[in-house]
Amino acid sequence: MRTVGERIARPDSLDKVQGTAQYVDDLSFGAMLHAAVVRSPLAHGRIKKISTAAARRIRGVHAILTAQDIPGQNLIPMIQPDQPLLAAGEVRHIGEAVALVAAETKSAAEEAARAITVDYEALPAILTLEEGFAKREIVQHWKLRRGRPCDIFSRHDVVVVENTYQTPYQEHAYIETNGMIAVPETDGGITVYGSLQCPFYVQKAVASVTGMKMNHCRVIQTVTGGGFGGKEDAPGLPAAMVALLAQATGRPVKYILSREEDMQVMSKRHPGKIVYRSAASHDGILLAVDVDYFLDAGAYATLSPVVLWRGINHAAGPYRCEHVRVDAYAIRTHKVPCGAFRGFGEPQIVFAHERQMDLLAERIGLDALQFREKNALETGDHTVTEHELKESVGFKDTIIEVRRASNYDRLKLEIEKSNGARISENPPNPKRRGLGWGCCYYGVGLGARGGYLNPAGASVVISSDGSVNVAVGTTEIGQGMITVLSQIAADALGCPLEFIRIMPPDTSRVPDSGPTVASRTTLMSGNAIADACRQIKSRMAAVCADYDFSKIIAEMKSQAVAASARGETHPKSDFHRIVTSSYTPSNRASGHWSEEAWLWKATIQRCVQNMVQLSAHGWAVPPQTTYDGETGLGDVYVTYSYSTNLVEVEVDIETGETTVLKVWTAHDVGKAINPQTGEGQIEGGVVQGIGYGLLEEHVLATDGSKAATRKTGKGGPFPPGRILNDQFSTYIIPTPMDIPEIHSLIVEHAFPYGPFGAKGLGETPIIAVAPALVNAIANATGIQLREIPATPERVWQALKQEASRRTQQSPRRSRKAASAI
Amino acid sequence: MAKKLKRKTQKVHIAFTLNGEPCEVAFAPHKTLLEVLREDLNLTGTKHGCELGECGTCAVLVDRKPVLSCLVLGLTVEGREVTTVEGMQLADGSLHPLQTAFADLGAAQCGYCTPGFLLTAKELLEKNSKPTRDDIKEALSGNLCRCTGYIKIYEAVELAAARMRGEAAEVPEEVVLGLK
Ligand code: FES
Ligand code: FES
Repeated sequence: MRTVGERIARPDSLDKVQGTAQYVDDLSFGAMLHAAVVRSPLAHGRIKKISTAAARRIRGVHAILTAQDIPGQNLIPMIQPDQPLLAAGEVRHIGEAVALVAAETKSAAEEAARAITVDYEALPAILTLEEGFAKREIVQHWKLRRGRPCDIFSRHDVVVVENTYQTPYQEHAYIETNGMIAVPETDGGITVYGSLQCPFYVQKAVASVTGMKMNHCRVIQTVTGGGFGGKEDAPGLPAAMVALLAQATGRPVKYILSREEDMQVMSKRHPGKIVYRSAASHDGILLAVDVDYFLDAGAYATLSPVVLWRGINHAAGPYRCEHVRVDAYAIRTHKVPCGAFRGFGEPQIVFAHERQMDLLAERIGLDALQFREKNALETGDHTVTEHELKESVGFKDTIIEVRRASNYDRLKLEIEKSNGARISENPPNPKRRGLGWGCCYYGVGLGARGGYLNPAGASVVISSDGSVNVAVGTTEIGQGMITVLSQIAADALGCPLEFIRIMPPDTSRVPDSGPTVASRTTLMSGNAIADACRQIKSRMAAVCADYDFSKIIAEMKSQAVAASARGETHPKSDFHRIVTSSYTPSNRASGHWSEEAWLWKATIQRCVQNMVQLSAHGWAVPPQTTYDGETGLGDVYVTYSYSTNLVEVEVDIETGETTVLKVWTAHDVGKAINPQTGEGQIEGGVVQGIGYGLLEEHVLATDGSKAATRKTGKGGPFPPGRILNDQFSTYIIPTPMDIPEIHSLIVEHAFPYGPFGAKGLGETPIIAVAPALVNAIANATGIQLREIPATPERVWQALKQEASRRTQQSPRRSRKAASAI
Repeated sequence: MAKKLKRKTQKVHIAFTLNGEPCEVAFAPHKTLLEVLREDLNLTGTKHGCELGECGTCAVLVDRKPVLSCLVLGLTVEGREVTTVEGMQLADGSLHPLQTAFADLGAAQCGYCTPGFLLTAKELLEKNSKPTRDDIKEALSGNLCRCTGYIKIYEAVELAAARMRGEAAEVPEEVVLGLK
């Protein structure tokens, strides 16, 4: 049976619903110690002295480490390695680690951490992007130059719209905080277990600080309670910490971050500022864009260069645009380092370009949808980086699907009518409905700057009973990798799904397979598995082609029946488990083998008898990509996924509160390997996008908090740059009460290189939701927000400004009207 | 309450019913129920996302009512009845219909929030065998999930409720594969 394209239930959910799935904090090891970390209270300062004597006297304390105790390099290896594990001499952001403690209990470790005193000399801190840019604190600058945008903007026959947009920090808010355990091994190696997305990044970080060879640092991912990019590079820090402490004490060490600590010190989505100018012709052709794109990188470079690079590559949206200038900067500030987050540098710039599209459409006098359709990328077109799209361009179909499913043209009229009726109610009804569009595309995989991280490996081993172990180097983080890769393996081998087991990711099983990011897992690990399966299948064919299995099967069946008649088989044993076409966890606990399963077992038996090698390593390398550093042009990604969203909102113009009523969201994913996990990605991404557009932001203490500082007389509770909302009661994410109706629509324009035609789906769902919401608020109320989140306060302020602008204008307008008469 | 404070170890000893079985345990008196379950009773199915009463991840049932186990002291369950995810199975050992429905529909993605949702929903279905979507939203409003967007969770609760009422329920398929 073919499983690809079916709604196969997640094989890993049985453990999850029974509470038996083992997350990192559920593990313990004999003689395990607990870690605590001393962190900087200042955004920028010089460390004058660290006193540990008092802490060392606390009972149960086994180790206290500072920068000078690091046997390897005090450096986290990344694109531009600049981040120490423990601050040496200088602290550059609040929450930067200064010292580590390991103790018998968590409370002893925390007590010791409090007892360590650090004398700092405060240094001036850069806390805004603008200040960092003025001081040329530039981590990375990318350019994109195409055509002659200056010529277009100097023409008189074009419509030009220019705006500056601001986007906030966004917290990943995975429900499981970061956590790690390091276990010293008897052979001198170290094994790290933890909540993570990218085992090979963690492995490099551990090897770097411990000074051990990479083959002595083994990293195993435990079941991970959400990642969204937040567990991409950042877990390297806690992993390196526990590894050092384990190395120093010779005992296992566990470190689980509290929610506040996780929100204060772990990575986030970069705040962005986008100065965006666009030009279009009066008949609705997008002609040119001219953009300055800034991201606040925080104190260290981490992944900022590549986050920024993805943003610039999608700077004009999924539209034809021949004249382009973009300069993109990641700016160093004295704040927590930002990093990967679902969308990876796109949501910021997509917010800007999708707002621009609406404003241009309005100026030209076109419907927002029509204007987008007119400029939408199609097969044969070139992207903003001059990548010619030869295949798999389903963008227009995503628009068509949303238009059809929402009945857009009718809905638009109906909403206009209902708003009109509400205004004339007595007293007037303060609720206004509105519709907003948001579109995006997403280059799948790491692209031309991914380099050696691009390939992925897989190992497939079939046991003599027919069961299959598949090992990959990418991870399950809730997105459904285990399910989707099981399906790919089952179909590639031609065996029932029940036989497949995807192993927990472990750096000792497969070669470096790059990170689990960039919506690349299905594509890259899927292709690596397919490659391994092809090798095994061809070996199997040599002894099985034209072979009549009916005799073996009959024999195996009668043996099984006899065994169970003798009471030798347990009703829950292999022989009694079902493998049916409707594979759901609830029905697989009873029954018998299907014919397909018997055939598979018989095939394997014959291969084993004929000494066929039933194992293989697979390797996948993506097709060539290109990039020119001077112009920024090139075929920068292997392919693109496309997405269109339409949202309907209701805004209360008295309170500024926005309610999302409905979302239609269509995605060209190449091929949906499993529509159910696909839906899960779409719904979860859309809701995270609603959070980004309406609710979520970090508020940082500013110099204004100095008053408090003086009052308390000792540094104050909130030094400038400190995140003030570090709990779920103050950092608000969507709750079950905030959820609209979501219509998920999948469009399949197969990508020939992808496994079964698949591209990637992990990220497109979040990217264009925020602009769609703000466009819908504009449609409902007339206010044009340039900043998210569109909180009730912001909307209310803007409504007030808009109202006063109108009253100022109206006398003039009425005079004009009078003179016209 | 028959707290026996032993001076030397500073531990308290309590007896209560845990997942239908009598249970006795000794622990430091300041420990929360969450810590007692996870650390002293080795029941790690109950998770934590904040330990401040803000995420609902640690919900368990005490005398059949959802309680945030990170907010109450272990001491408070003396003589009471506690149910965790490990005790959700039916008497015959099969999965609770909520567990099956969550698995069937993919309502557990990373799965970390799942035990809290399951127990909160269990109480809802015991009170109300035919909840509306709004009843479900209301009952689950204290639980956070960052993966699913909640929709599959609502659907799973509806599916489980229908199955528990003995109705033949269709598994919802709201995704539309367009332009085939
Ligand atoms: S851990 Fe108890 S409510 Fe969050
Ligand atoms: S499934 Fe991941 S938080 Fe709910």
